[in-house]
Order: sequence, then structure tokens, then C-alpha cells
Amino acid sequence: MKKEYVYQAFERFWHWIQAALIIFLGVTGFEIHGSIHFFGYDQAVRYHNTAAISFLVLIVFAIFWHFTTGEWRQYLPTWKNLRAQAEYYILGIFRNAPHPTKKTVLSKLNPLQKLVYAGLKVLVIPVMVITGLLYMFYRYPQRYEVLSLNIGGLQVVATLHTIGAFLLVSFFIAHLYLITTGNTVTSNLKAMITGYEDLSGESGEKEIKIHTTEVHEVLR
Amino acid sequence: MKRILISVLVLGALIGMFSVLLHKNSSENTPLEKLKEQYAHKVKASVDHSLFPQLKKKFKKPQEVTAACISCHNGRSSEVMHSTHWNWERIEYIPGKGIRPLGKRNVLNNFCIGISGNEQSCDKCHIGYGYANANFNFNDSLNVDCLACHDNSNSYVKAVGGAGMPDSSVNLNYVAQHVGKPLRTDCGTCHFFGGGGNNVKHGDLEKALFDPTRGVDVHMASEGPDMQCVDCHTAEKHQMLGKMYSVSSMNRNRVECEQCHSAMPHADDVLNNHTLKVACQTCHIPTYAKVNPTKLHWDWSTAGKLKNGEPYEETDSNGTDVYMSIKGSFVWGKKLKPDYVWFNGTATHYLVGDTFDPTKPLKLNELFGSYDDPDAKIYPVKIHRANQIYDTENKYLIQPKTVSNKPGDGGYWKEFNWQRSAEEGMKLVNLPYSGKYGFTETEMYWPVNHMVSPKEQAVKCVECHTRENGRLANLSGFYIPGRDYNPWVEWLGGGIIVLVFAGVIVHGGARIVISRKRKDQK
Repeated sequence: MKKEYVYQAFERFWHWIQAALIIFLGVTGFEIHGSIHFFGYDQAVRYHNTAAISFLVLIVFAIFWHFTTGEWRQYLPTWKNLRAQAEYYILGIFRNAPHPTKKTVLSKLNPLQKLVYAGLKVLVIPVMVITGLLYMFYRYPQRYEVLSLNIGGLQVVATLHTIGAFLLVSFFIAHLYLITTGNTVTSNLKAMITGYEDLSGESGEKEIKIHTTEVHEVLR
Repeated sequence: MKRILISVLVLGALIGMFSVLLHKNSSENTPLEKLKEQYAHKVKASVDHSLFPQLKKKFKKPQEVTAACISCHNGRSSEVMHSTHWNWERIEYIPGKGIRPLGKRNVLNNFCIGISGNEQSCDKCHIGYGYANANFNFNDSLNVDCLACHDNSNSYVKAVGGAGMPDSSVNLNYVAQHVGKPLRTDCGTCHFFGGGGNNVKHGDLEKALFDPTRGVDVHMASEGPDMQCVDCHTAEKHQMLGKMYSVSSMNRNRVECEQCHSAMPHADDVLNNHTLKVACQTCHIPTYAKVNPTKLHWDWSTAGKLKNGEPYEETDSNGTDVYMSIKGSFVWGKKLKPDYVWFNGTATHYLVGDTFDPTKPLKLNELFGSYDDPDAKIYPVKIHRANQIYDTENKYLIQPKTVSNKPGDGGYWKEFNWQRSAEEGMKLVNLPYSGKYGFTETEMYWPVNHMVSPKEQAVKCVECHTRENGRLANLSGFYIPGRDYNPWVEWLGGGIIVLVFAGVIVHGGARIVISRKRKDQK
């Protein structure tokens, strides 16, 4: 049994800070939305805005990291094995069938993950960021009568932001559960904490062993 | 090692940003400190009026005082005679009605209704001597009452029913020798008692402001800045800044908090964002009529009941009038949350002779504005409702003659006969009276501007940003976070979450069951 270094330090740091920020933004956001009462409205707004700016900073770093390392290619959606992966979750998992896709350092996401994560990255997160910024700064164009940037009201902005929030909550629940569907119940979680995961013999595909350093050469 | 270093740096940057953003909110608001300093210095006039020989000679008539004032302050009386305080009307553009003179001289309200025919009593609060009827000579400078505003001895009072003449008890020489910049005691004598009693009209202007605590009014607090009315209502050549929308309709000459506090006075940007659409008063005057009640409803239709042929009054347990034979029934309120309206600084006015639809409440001074109007903000208002007399045939409001100067003149307060009161009153405003009268619901909108609370007592975010029964629950056509939501998004979003959760439970449960079975088989 050989453990591979799957998640690099920054990647793990990014993941966990992002997780914490999204949870925090969710709690404060739904308080602002009027769904829950926890921090108190004014504190919720203050925390939400501060966390949002922190998240923006994190996103800038994450984008930089994804492009410089080439890791962004991991998220390119593919049709290949998409159906097989869905069938695995519906049937195979109960029959103790092997994962249809082999998790490797080069390709650590299964086709469903690729699709969902790509959706988050190019759709949900950008919508949240843009509507969030409009929410925060809508006053300024209106104040100075920059009519081309004028937002008549928060209705559309807030509704889109809320839709995004509901999608993120749904994702969060599904994500928490799907963590347990790795090689063992905790192997995915451990990997995201330590960075190392035993990738041997979890798939029906032929095993390909690539050393981490080689991977990075290839990705560049 | 390098990776750890980078993580630490990034984490540090994030924490730094967090603390900087949070810290900014608690920083000191220096402009406010400067204002506090500025108003802490009270200027004391160097001139001692008691030393002037002109003011030592015995005054027999108040006009002699005016003559003495003018003998030094020449030209000032003509300034006063150009003011609204003197003319009781101003030329205003009324949306939909054109350019019209507007003021106490010619508008009707839903308190004591109007001055026509009632000058002898109402005009106690005119800054002149002897405005007893419509024939008052507005060009006689000797009738300017300098003392009404400039008395600093707190001993000047005008006679009840005296058409602006001073009470016989007043020592004119003493008052004349103790004059200065107007104090709250001067302005308040009239402005706190409009409508026939303390706090009847405004709700935010009342006798508690003679000596208010900080909680009642943070600016006028005796033990605080002790600001006077004229500190905000500044004057240039006796033309005062500020006016009320009961007698005006244009977006001009308004006193704004921004004069001193700027349009973005908060340390917190989120709060500053609000000032685009929310007036300062909306958050900073959480309640009005803080100390004494204000009149909310006045039903003239019940007036005229007599006991043994004599008029009477009824008071509630707090000693507040709830019924007067001469005026009808009242509803009062204390420590009230204001109503809120969109207001762009313009208003329309019911003018004498305008016809209206008596099947619905008549708005005597509707304030204009909406969310989409860039000039409009949310303002707090007091809405005063009344049931007042109107001509059921001609469909316009009646100016009743209420005050009686001599027997048989139709004055309702002596004769208790609406028919006669209406006949005589309508003659004075040159309108036909059909002979048939009824009572109709009317509303007046009074922006609430005074009784600003200390900032700790300002309206809390959640009082408006809440789903149920928020302060702004009645304002529609725009989105307030925390109040509004799209029901489709709520249902679908909630539904998806429930489905995903159910899916997890079912899927996970099945996995657990199957893996247990498998273990058992082994």
C-alpha cells in the first residue's frame, strides 16, 4: 500500500478556508435573508461583508494557483464515464462494485465531480461574487448618477444571490455525504486533511502509477 | 517547508484583512466630535439692552416698543415683513395646481380647520399686533412684534383671543430690556402649542423641549449641547430656514441634518449606504410624543353636546382632553412609532374650494415620492386623521366660523350651530354654501423631524429588516433584505435542500443496511 500526495498544501488550505467561509457566509447570509436569527441582523451583515471580502481574496489566490499549476484542467467536464459514474452511485455502490473511474493525482475528480465543480466555478461562484458586489456597492453609481451602472433596486440582485445560496447549501449537504463514498468511509476526508491518499486498488481500471513530481512536469 | 510558509502568509493576510475591516467600525467619528465642541461654546451677547435709554421710557402700547427697536435696528422690520412668519403665506408651486399663495392665511387643516373668521383667537400666534380679521394691514411696520421672538426674559406672553396683542400682565419695558437671539422658549410658545394645546399638531414639538433630557432630544438636551431652534433653523435677514408641509409644498428651504452631519456620517459603510434612500430621521427618531401625548384623531362630528345647556369637557385618567363640546372627540397617543412614507420634498395641498370624493379619506397634504424617485427618501411621519365638516352638495370642505366675537355672529364655540357656523364661515372665504353639511374623513401628514434620540437608541436594523411586522412593512415596490423574498425561490430552494437531504438519508441508509447484511453473510 503506497500513499500518494494528492492534495497539495495550498489546495488543502484553500479548500478548508473556503469551506469555513462558505459555511459562515451561509449562516450570516440566511440571517440577512430573514430565514434564521443567530448573530443579530447588524452583526450578521458586518460578518457577511467581511467574510465576503476575505473570500474574494482567497478566490484571487485560488485562481492564481489553479492557472500557475495547471490544476484548472482537473475541472474540465467530460462525457467519458459520466453515465458509469452515475450508475455507480445508483447501483454499483450497493453491490460493492469498484469505482468506475480511477482516482489518480493527474485526474483526482470523477466525471460527476468535474461537472459539478466546474458548474460551481464558472456559474454559481461568479454569480454570487457579482451579485454580492452589486449588493454591497449598488449605492455608488446611483449616488453619482452613473446611469449606465444604475441598479434600480435589489430585487434581481438579491433573488439571484438567494438562488445561489440555496444551490450552495444543497451542494454542501451532498458534498458532506459523498465524502464517505471513497475507498473507505473516511479516506476522502483524511486525504483532504493530510494530502495523502492510498489510491491503489480502488478501481477496476488498470493501475497507473505516476510520481507526484512527474505529474507536475506533465501538467506544466 | 515552503508550502507551509506560503500558507501561513496567506492565512496571516486574511486574518489581517478581517481585523482591519472589523476595527474600522469602531473608529472614532471625528466630525461629530468637532460638532460637539462647536456647540459647547455658547456665545453671550456683549450688548446690554437694559442700558439703552430708548428702552427705559415707559411703553404704553406694544407698538411703541417696535418703534424703539426700529430706531436702532432700522430696516429690520421690513425684513420681517417679507417673512412667512409675518405674511402667513408664501408663493408656492403646487404640483397639478400651479403657482398659488399657500399658508395659514388660506389653507385648511384638520385641527381647528382654518383662520378665516377666527383670527381673533388663532392669530395670537401671529408675529404682529392686531391681526383680528382679513383686513389686517400687513404694511404697517409698527405692528411687527419683535418681542414674540426676541424675548429672552421668558416673561412675554400674548393675550388669549387678543389677535396677537400682548397679555396685560406683560411688563413691556422689562421684556424690551431683555432681548436677544430667539430661544426655545420663544419659538415653543407658538410651535409647541399649535392646534389648541401642547403637542396637538406635530407630536415632535412640545413643551418637554423647553427643558429636555438627552433621551428626549439629543441636540436640545439641557444637560447636553442645549441647542436652540435657531441653531438649525438659521436665518438670513429674518428669513428662517425650514418650513412645514402643512403649509408648503416645494422642495426648498428645508432644514437638513446633512447641514452639519454630511450625507455619509457613519463610520460604517453599510449604514452610509442607507442614506441614499432613507432619511436620517427614519432611524434616529425611533419614537415621537416621547413625553406628552399628541393628537391622532379629531372627530368634529360629536361636538355640540351640552349638559344643562352648557358646554363641557371630559378628560381621561391622565388629564388629557378626550371630549370638548366645542371641538368634539379626540384620540391621543404617546411614545409612538412613526408611520413611514416615501417623500421627495414636494407635496400637494387641498385648497379652499377644491372638490373631492367624500367616499374615501381626503388627504389634505399628500406627500409625494416613491422608491423609483431619485429625490425621494423614506421619512417618518405622523398621520393625523379627523372627521371634519364639508358641504355635501358642493363636495368641498367647509371653513366653519368657530370663534365668536359678538353674539349672533355664528361662532360655533358659543352657538353650537353648525348650520350658522358654516354659513358665516363660507361667506368669509367667498364660497357658496348649499345649506347641507356632513362630516368626512381627512388625513394630514406631518414629517417627524425633532426629538432625535441618542445614537444608542436609534432604530435597530432588524426593526425594518424583518419578515413580519417591520417598521417598513407598509412600503412596497422595492426589495428590503430580510423583509422581502421571492416565494418561488424559497419554495424551490427549500425543496431542493429537502430532496438532497432525503436522498442522502435514503442512500446512506441503504449503504449501511447492505454493508451490515454483507458482514452478517461473512
